[in-house]
Amino acid sequence: MKKSLILIILLVILSLGIYGCGGDDSSKIKIGVIAELTGDVPAVGTSCKNAAEMAVQEINDAGGIQLGEKKYQVKLIIEDNAGKAEQSASSAQKLITQQKVTAIVGPNASRYALPAAEIAETSKTVLITPWSTAPKATLDSKTNVSKKYVFRACFIDPFQGGVLAKFTLDNLKLKKAAVLYDVASEYNKGIAEIFKDVYEKNGGKVVAFETYTTNDKDFSSQLTKIKQANPDVIFLPNYYSEVPLQIQQAKRLGIKAPFIGSDSWGSEELVKLCGADCNDYYFSTHYAADSASDTTKKFIANYKAKYGTTPDDVAALTYDSFGLLWQAIKTAGKNDRQAVRDALAKIPQYEGVTGNMQFKEGSGDPVKSAVILKIKDGKFTWFANAKP
Amino acid sequence: MAYIFQQSLNALQLGSIYALIALGYTMVYGILTMINFAHGDLFMVGAFFCFLIAVYLHLSFVPTLLLSMLGVAFLGVVIERFAYKPLRNAPRVSAIITALGVGLFLENFTLALSPYPKHIPQLLGNTTWTLGSLSLSSLQILIIALSLVLMLILDFIVQRTKAGMAMRAISWDKTIVPLMGVSVDKIISLTFAIGTGLGGAAGVMYGLAYPIIDPYMGIMVGWKAFICAVVGGIGNIRGAMIGGFILGAVEIMVAAFLPSTYRDVVAFTLLLILLIVRPYGILGKPQPQKV
Repeated sequence: MKKSLILIILLVILSLGIYGCGGDDSSKIKIGVIAELTGDVPAVGTSCKNAAEMAVQEINDAGGIQLGEKKYQVKLIIEDNAGKAEQSASSAQKLITQQKVTAIVGPNASRYALPAAEIAETSKTVLITPWSTAPKATLDSKTNVSKKYVFRACFIDPFQGGVLAKFTLDNLKLKKAAVLYDVASEYNKGIAEIFKDVYEKNGGKVVAFETYTTNDKDFSSQLTKIKQANPDVIFLPNYYSEVPLQIQQAKRLGIKAPFIGSDSWGSEELVKLCGADCNDYYFSTHYAADSASDTTKKFIANYKAKYGTTPDDVAALTYDSFGLLWQAIKTAGKNDRQAVRDALAKIPQYEGVTGNMQFKEGSGDPVKSAVILKIKDGKFTWFANAKP
Repeated sequence: MAYIFQQSLNALQLGSIYALIALGYTMVYGILTMINFAHGDLFMVGAFFCFLIAVYLHLSFVPTLLLSMLGVAFLGVVIERFAYKPLRNAPRVSAIITALGVGLFLENFTLALSPYPKHIPQLLGNTTWTLGSLSLSSLQILIIALSLVLMLILDFIVQRTKAGMAMRAISWDKTIVPLMGVSVDKIISLTFAIGTGLGGAAGVMYGLAYPIIDPYMGIMVGWKAFICAVVGGIGNIRGAMIGGFILGAVEIMVAAFLPSTYRDVVAFTLLLILLIVRPYGILGKPQPQKV
């Protein structure tokens, strides 16, 4: 009896706490962020959070956003989705209905962006995912027509898969590829299938197409099979936390073929976890920190000063998502979800830190180029550009 | 031929780790008829101890392994003393829920310290020998050999020592044994220490074989090891070892000869069929309910 009383009192205090946080923020523009701060890709979430905080601080330090007579400060509300699809959806719901945000940035990984995007679309709130490259994120799940309220700051997988397939054939001149990918993840699966398709259409041969499921640590069986097929190159469109294990196990099994990867490799964590084992491999990504425009250089310098690390692609894309959002809010001229959405869709040309971008007519996917990076002595260095 | 041999080696490596973890489940069940669902997370803690010792104390492999085993064993005993002992006479569901709670606590405590995956430095030089198209790595051989040695030691303790006899006696009849002058609490603590210590050893070896560790790594591996223990006949120590090697072999061989997408489907269907044929597991014996 006593215990249940304490429990009830605790619950009441807790609920008061939540209620009490409401407060009056009518003079502020609220932007929500959903990031993978814990779970399987925390480096992604942390970069996203860092870049978001930096973008908001910059605009607030500059006095806020001028709408009509008044200058509005921006209030950032960050939610952790814990690396879970269902929590991504509930975070989006919470931001939209409880916090009443104007727009949402994130989640980043496609498997989390998809459920959150569904919620945003039905609630008619703009959601920009910085890093989700799966085509489905911006498409309606039933009709396959573009969603109206979901945008992204990156290119999409068909483009990236195609770029990598052609790069392997034309630049590396490797005609026999093997693929090992996570079949339980939207992103990995999508990009692996497109790579195979484009690679085989252009004269290459995929000699092994192997799968595993998220959180597997042992790939010895699949890699032994790949070794048996004797490929020239192995494509690993997987996340940075798994790629080092795959490469190290492959080397232990005596595989000598080089590896290539996709933008999910582009975290400094990859080099930390992989050490020298990942040197001299290529991957495609959104921007190169070493060959950059003035806008990009300024962003990199500011980010380094604030957080002490070079911003990865997630940070750069999150920063661009906020850039797009500021421009849309300014053009809209009011703090209104519908007006911001309409302005965002019509942005003529945005010069971001990851290059120039523009949304395709009636779609949330921007037209922009990709870069191929090479890992040299543990550093990501620019190797080639790939235009859309 | 070399291909089959290579895959068998892979299967032995995975199987020996499963077997080591399965032993912890089975020992605790044998003595308390309780499933310690926190065991997978204790395995994770073992890997994190290995990481901490290797990175901050710079010890070599053997002291790292022994210290991690001791650390996890101590943690196991503490958990038993404070979380499970008060519930020894409570309904079994309460004990299971407590175990799940302890597991969640361990996961989230590690998560709160740092959510980033950690990289365990190489503690041992790793040489790979090639024989034709066959690759043998020293690490693989070490893991298989060390697991077998640990299992032999355990088998010796349980079958040939007084403490082992007491363990077997308690699992046979918990009410009579104390009357014979055996301290049940001490034996239960010892069982927890050995069971979780083996889980810790498995964590270290897993960390060496798959050197990227994270707070959630124990969940799936823990479930699989639990399945091994059930397949082998829960409560039966040799059964747990056999179960571990069976699951390792099935997982590797299904992916080796069928599309790897079907691995888990086929692997677990086979295990289900096995359980239908032998509901008490391979070495388990039916226990008639006394009315």
